[in-house]
Amino acid sequence: MKTTPQTLDEFMAVALAMENEAVDRYTDFADMMETHNNGDVAKLFRTMAGYEAKHAQHIMAQMGWKTAPAVPRELVCWPGYESPEAAAVDEVHYLMQPWHALQLALAAEQRAEAFFGQLAAMTTNEAVRAAALELQAEEAEHVGLVKAWMAKVPQPDSDWSDDPDPPRYID
Amino acid sequence: MNDTTLEARFSAADYKSDYKPIWCPGCGDYTVLSSLTKALATIQRPPHEVAVVSGIGCSSRIPAYTTCYGFHGVHGRALAAGTGLKVARPDLTVVVTGGDGDGYSIGGNHFMHACRRNVDMTYIVMDNHVYGMTKGQASPTTEPDWDNKLAPGGTGIRAFHPLVIALASGANFIGRGFSGDPNGTAAIIAQAIRHPGFSFVEILSPCVTFRPEQKGWKEIVRAAPVEPTDDPALAARRIMTDDGFNIGVLYAGHRNPYPARVGSATRSVADLEREFEL
Repeated sequence: MKTTPQTLDEFMAVALAMENEAVDRYTDFADMMETHNNGDVAKLFRTMAGYEAKHAQHIMAQMGWKTAPAVPRELVCWPGYESPEAAAVDEVHYLMQPWHALQLALAAEQRAEAFFGQLAAMTTNEAVRAAALELQAEEAEHVGLVKAWMAKVPQPDSDWSDDPDPPRYID
Repeated sequence: MNDTTLEARFSAADYKSDYKPIWCPGCGDYTVLSSLTKALATIQRPPHEVAVVSGIGCSSRIPAYTTCYGFHGVHGRALAAGTGLKVARPDLTVVVTGGDGDGYSIGGNHFMHACRRNVDMTYIVMDNHVYGMTKGQASPTTEPDWDNKLAPGGTGIRAFHPLVIALASGANFIGRGFSGDPNGTAAIIAQAIRHPGFSFVEILSPCVTFRPEQKGWKEIVRAAPVEPTDDPALAARRIMTDDGFNIGVLYAGHRNPYPARVGSATRSVADLEREFEL
């Protein structure tokens, strides 16, 4: 992010934009996986989208907002271009397994945790710092939850991406 | 008007249709679609006042994924269809979309002349340096040494430089985006739509299936370290010497758009027939 939010309202608007971008990304992933008949992973991404939507709703309720406030563009120019909590768009594969999806989610939650931590360290506004630390703690909790979830799903075999009828026939 | 103070009637979701894209998971075109809908939400034109026109190819599926009017046209002829539409209906916002094969090879001639005519529309090219839909043939922007079974050792042919061609041919706005920067790309598209005349936006959009190495683009793209210029000579020097990974608005000129007649859509058939009378 190139500019730091100066007020609590600005900060929460940025946090909301971040959650909403994560919802959009997980929803896109769920749609991709449904289109490619990968039902288990589609369901998982849909669940993740649901969680992020709840976080967004929580922020809206906390701030008493009826609609998402407009966020100046300079506040949503994320480090590395993508919103920290949006899973990497080019890391999905049509044969991916739930473990891979959780791995993406884990990386996203870790980026969000680091993002809020960095913001708390940088801001000079006490209200923003307190809110950033609170959200950092929430993201740390999500990191723990995703790790626990990963422990419950099987790790993929090394040949998980082998496809006897691949779309790419030129190799 | 300031984007942040505009009362938003339409959100990005209002421009997305219920059809789910069938691109490969991981394809850059997903985020280009997202950038396009965000840009349209910035512009705040109702979906029925926007037409998205395309040719053929993976990226040319985009009109169906929007709620705008759409025309999925003939290979390479998206700009011809878009030009006709804009001239007939100057009241519409016309966005033409496609890929590098469709736009620079099959439609290469239309590309140059659309730039030259400078009709007020926006052309978005999702460039992945390959023909993806037909399974991985080299396209006009493919690097000459891209080695694969369909072109062993590479084609050995110098890659087309679309931004230079656009500038030399008269495009009034030239920008480059990256699919991995959805918000930045949305801002460029919104600017392109607002800029009068023919606006050309090339978007680097990796093909994860046939060019998986393009995932590395996110490590090398960078914001252009210069402000946009309205000086074509300066723009030419910059574009000719860059490595193809500077993103942002690179040129914004002042040419007057092709003077499409406002109100032509309300003319009757009889009016048109009279114009053809001998």
